Amino acid sequence: MRLEPRPRPTVLHTLGYPAGAIAVTVVFASMLVLIAGANPFSVFWLVIKGAAGSQFAFMETLTRATPLIFTGLAVAVAFRARLWNIGAEAQLYIGAVMTVVLGTGAVALPAVALIPLIMVAAMLAGALLLLGPAVLKIRFGVDEVVTTLLLNFIVLLFVSMLLEGVLKDPTGLGWPQTKKVIDAAELPRLVKGRRLHWGFVLAIASAVVTWVIMKKTALGYEMRAVGHNPEAARFAGIPVNRVLMKTALLSGGLAALAGFSEVAGLKGNLTLDLSPGFGYTGIVVAMLAMLNPLGVVLSAVFVAGIFVGADAMSRSAGVPSYIAQVMVAAALLTMVAAIMLSRFRIRWR
Amino acid sequence: MLDALEILFTATFWAAAIRIASPLIFATLGELICERAGVLNLGIEGIMTAGAFAGWFAVWSGADLWTGVLVAALAGAAFGLLHGFLTVPLGLSQHVTGIGITLLASSLTYFTYRVALPKVSSPPKIEAFQPVAIPVLSDIPVLGPALFNQTPLTYLAFVMAGLVGWLLYRTPAGLALRAVGENPAAVEAQGISVTAVRMGAVMAGSALMAIGGAFLTMSAFNSFFFEMVNGRGWIAIALVVFGSWRPGKALLGAILFAAFDAYQLRLQQVAGGLVPYQVFLMMPYILSILALILVARRATYPKALMIPYQKGER
Repeated sequence: MRLEPRPRPTVLHTLGYPAGAIAVTVVFASMLVLIAGANPFSVFWLVIKGAAGSQFAFMETLTRATPLIFTGLAVAVAFRARLWNIGAEAQLYIGAVMTVVLGTGAVALPAVALIPLIMVAAMLAGALLLLGPAVLKIRFGVDEVVTTLLLNFIVLLFVSMLLEGVLKDPTGLGWPQTKKVIDAAELPRLVKGRRLHWGFVLAIASAVVTWVIMKKTALGYEMRAVGHNPEAARFAGIPVNRVLMKTALLSGGLAALAGFSEVAGLKGNLTLDLSPGFGYTGIVVAMLAMLNPLGVVLSAVFVAGIFVGADAMSRSAGVPSYIAQVMVAAALLTMVAAIMLSRFRIRWR
Repeated sequence: MLDALEILFTATFWAAAIRIASPLIFATLGELICERAGVLNLGIEGIMTAGAFAGWFAVWSGADLWTGVLVAALAGAAFGLLHGFLTVPLGLSQHVTGIGITLLASSLTYFTYRVALPKVSSPPKIEAFQPVAIPVLSDIPVLGPALFNQTPLTYLAFVMAGLVGWLLYRTPAGLALRAVGENPAAVEAQGISVTAVRMGAVMAGSALMAIGGAFLTMSAFNSFFFEMVNGRGWIAIALVVFGSWRPGKALLGAILFAAFDAYQLRLQQVAGGLVPYQVFLMMPYILSILALILVARRATYPKALMIPYQKGER
């Protein structure tokens, strides 16, 4: 068999295959629900209700989507230039570390100065963390997939060390956690009594800025050119290595903002379970959005909805909430296949 | 200081090193087979998780140990089939698909675990593989207890290293496998299907990765717990590069790496109070990155690695 480009993909192809991907994912998840001894219809209804059934539920979904928008943007930017940043998890944690280092009282400034300062510091830390693998890739040809993956483990251990050492809250009853950030470093809640915070607005703004960078600036053009064909880009006079480094700085900075926003907007302090894999889920978010920065917002809300809905469903229906992760992973695989099939057709011969 | 050096000459140290190396040997060989055929398999971490669970679960439900190993291998091959289908005939990005396979395999494993054992706080143990002393050989001082008083799965790991080397370099199938990773068009010209060879390689490699995972539950910890693979898959990918895609060198790399790991574990006991324990735990990952930097400049990747093959295209 071989793949042939479709000369004129019809609406049926461009919409039908992605719809098929969702159908396959839902059928697969239904089978798992049946195995777990529950009724798929009632389970999916509970997931939808848990994700968007009330104002409270939907705000929870948006709260969960906030870090995913940042990590999704980080991955989208990097993958566009074919810089395989699988280390958003580590960059998130470094951003969170900078937030508690500067935000727990060490720097006494009013909020208008402190919050931008922390953001810049967090972005810088995340950017530098990804610059390492990018430089190793450019200078030594070391595969950045492996280095960014391994850095996730190193950084998590580093954070664990800080939490039991210099950053440990002396009044925390021995728990490995930091002090709470001071009021001036806190991102206020958007609606009183709900957990949704200004980090969400910041995430949307970041998506718009990233979209502008990708679509309207020379850097964005160069990044796409490098991602499309590095050899041709180099031949066309694009400084490929410099573009890759700039991409790394941007991507790492965006991922670090996820850590900042989770600490300053939601949790208040840093613990080792700040992120249940937001960095890895960001890859799914970016791919479902086909690496479009504005699409990332929608896909992050969609993915967050599955997680929040599954948590609610799990409490009442007893199906393990891991079903959410299975669905998200299955959606990723079926969707990349569907996008391919909408552009190419299979010839059996 | 003397204590720190004396460790190197004890049999228990080398026995531990070989034990730590065993799952890495399986995983590294598995990844090596995939990459030699031109397919990067980032599903490795998830496939090892699935293998660890599948083998353990089979034995826990009453199967004997070798059946458990077989079940793990089949689970691995099934994920290999999926990875192969998406990356070989469909030619999807091997990076994205691999990460997707890791996410799918590990989440599916955790889901199944929770469905099968809804209310356990401490995971039940199984009667795992026990060390089998090989007569005469195990009496050699230091080397004997280290190499020849291990569990059958460790012996299997070493046999596999030899077998994979023999298959790759001494059989027509191995020649075809290496060739599809270097020059697929030439293989197709011989009337051999590139798709079939690559799919076979990915499935076989994934089966080996899964046995590597099963080693953890069936020969080391005797029960399954979350996050137990703990980056061993990613380390195996680094070891493939370090071993320059050769089974023998990969075997040596895995043992060397495991020796460092066993050493830092012991150093931790000697110098535990001085340095935070996390620094020791970081060592394997830092070491992997250093190893990559060391060899990267002269690494010769299989030429068709990560390049999808389209029949009739040059």
